[in-house]
Amino acid sequence: MVNVNELEFGIETFGDIVANEDGSLKTAAESIRQIIHEGEIADQFGIDVIGVGEHHRPDYSVSSPETVLAAIAAVTKNIKLATAVTVLSSDDPVRVYERFATLDGLSNGRAQVMLGRGSFTESFPLFGYDLTDYDDLFNEKLDLYNELRKEKPVTWSGKFRPALKNQEVYPKTENGELETYIGIGGSPESIIRTARYGYKVILAIIGGQADRFKPYIDLYHAAAKDLNMPEYPVAVHSHGFIADDEDKAIEVAFKNIKANFDRIGLTRGWAPMSREQFDNETQVGSFYVGNPETVAQRIARTVDLLDLGRFDLVYGAGNQTVAQRERMIELYATKVIPRVKEILQAKEAAK
Amino acid sequence: MTIKRVGILGAGKVGIVLAGLALDAGYTVRISGSGDVKKIALTIKMLVPGAIATENTDVIANSDIIILAIPLSRYQNIPAALLKGKLVIDAMNYWWETDGIREEVLAPDTTSSEQVQAYFNTSTLVKTFNHMGYHNLQEEAHAAGDPKRKALFVTGDEHTAVNEVAQFVDTLGFDQVVHYQLADGIMTEPGSPLFGASLSYTDLKDVIDHFDQTEFGKKIATAKKI
Repeated sequence: MVNVNELEFGIETFGDIVANEDGSLKTAAESIRQIIHEGEIADQFGIDVIGVGEHHRPDYSVSSPETVLAAIAAVTKNIKLATAVTVLSSDDPVRVYERFATLDGLSNGRAQVMLGRGSFTESFPLFGYDLTDYDDLFNEKLDLYNELRKEKPVTWSGKFRPALKNQEVYPKTENGELETYIGIGGSPESIIRTARYGYKVILAIIGGQADRFKPYIDLYHAAAKDLNMPEYPVAVHSHGFIADDEDKAIEVAFKNIKANFDRIGLTRGWAPMSREQFDNETQVGSFYVGNPETVAQRIARTVDLLDLGRFDLVYGAGNQTVAQRERMIELYATKVIPRVKEILQAKEAAK
Repeated sequence: MTIKRVGILGAGKVGIVLAGLALDAGYTVRISGSGDVKKIALTIKMLVPGAIATENTDVIANSDIIILAIPLSRYQNIPAALLKGKLVIDAMNYWWETDGIREEVLAPDTTSSEQVQAYFNTSTLVKTFNHMGYHNLQEEAHAAGDPKRKALFVTGDEHTAVNEVAQFVDTLGFDQVVHYQLADGIMTEPGSPLFGASLSYTDLKDVIDHFDQTEFGKKIATAKKI
């Protein structure tokens, strides 16, 4: 049963390049500064978490999310600061720990690690890793990260990194450990792995109906029980766009989300998104698009159906203007989130 | 041959979705992953209850049709002799994110399914289920005649085998656009306008019939001439 009082809401950005009103594009630097401002707004409106992605591509501005989060930390008070996600496979777990422990210190314990294998692969050649080691890299690095997270001397050896012998890592955190999620795209193996490490699960639902993830969430809970590990409410992240006017929201979202998906599809060989596909995603799928009421109804349905503890809306896909992005954050915080809670409370009362 | 027992090699996203569809259609389903059965037992129990989680050898020995749903770069991990005399569906594609560099996985001059067939040279290969996204496969299976029904491309060199697979695809909830040439599998591989698309019979047939007019078709045609 969804605990409405403890339900968390986040926003996430992949650092898409922001557009000017005339349709021209801002620079990556301007786009980064815009994210800092949006973090500030989100905090003022009481949004629980902001997540910033890590990409190494021309269409995204952020390759070092912790640096961006550190700047957001300086202008905010309560909002949690997450990566969405940190591509652990091509990173050094020691550096990952150090960066997050630093962020955690300067933000009064608001850092949140989200580890993933990443849905992009640009970081592999960039940092000298072989894609064919995709699974092994993540497994090994997660194993080391898990040791480091205990904040005790670490003795460890593996294939992809020099061994550690009784090494300490610094700084230590005030809470004694970094809050850690694993971002999962729907691989059952990843679900079981997350349960085995006792980490929290955030599911990336970026296409199709949320309904099909129900058995995956059951699998997470069953695996945690089998392995005698702690169980946490599951989080979900999905794309969306909110505007005051329903038709306008759909129009902006279609243009931008389609452009975003098609551009990625181009390098991966998948077909461009059709209007039928898009409409299906916004009506019953995993795009949360429309006016605040529409989006609230759809988020409430997903939260209830999947018994979630947290919902993160990915915003800013494609090239949206400052006005579109900021208005979306405001509507999400001031209209959608309270309305989702209201719908869920009414549902609970009726049960 | 009557197909009653379906064997799936590969317990990833595609393998699990196909297992679910086959169960819904009333087949007995066996499924295997890489390595120990224990690794997939809980997953199968939770995600596709009713399917039998087992080893490759058991899947192959006790199924009327075998579906290859493993990363393309790993098909040679399965001894070709194991599949001798079997009707095999190739649901695989070259996918650079899991398979790595194409030249290391595939020879440049033929399609992926032709190479898989050449390896499993005592089996009959039919290519299908490869071009529609796994969540579309899961969500868009419909009974014959349903206006929302989508279609899959089914192709292979052996007529009888292709027809049997087409019939099987029908029972799983999809119309079929059928060709009798395994090499035509290229029409639905990554880069094709059909890869990742979920289309009705009419729309799928239209693209297939006019494939040489698509950008991808033109590129393939040019590459062949060189």
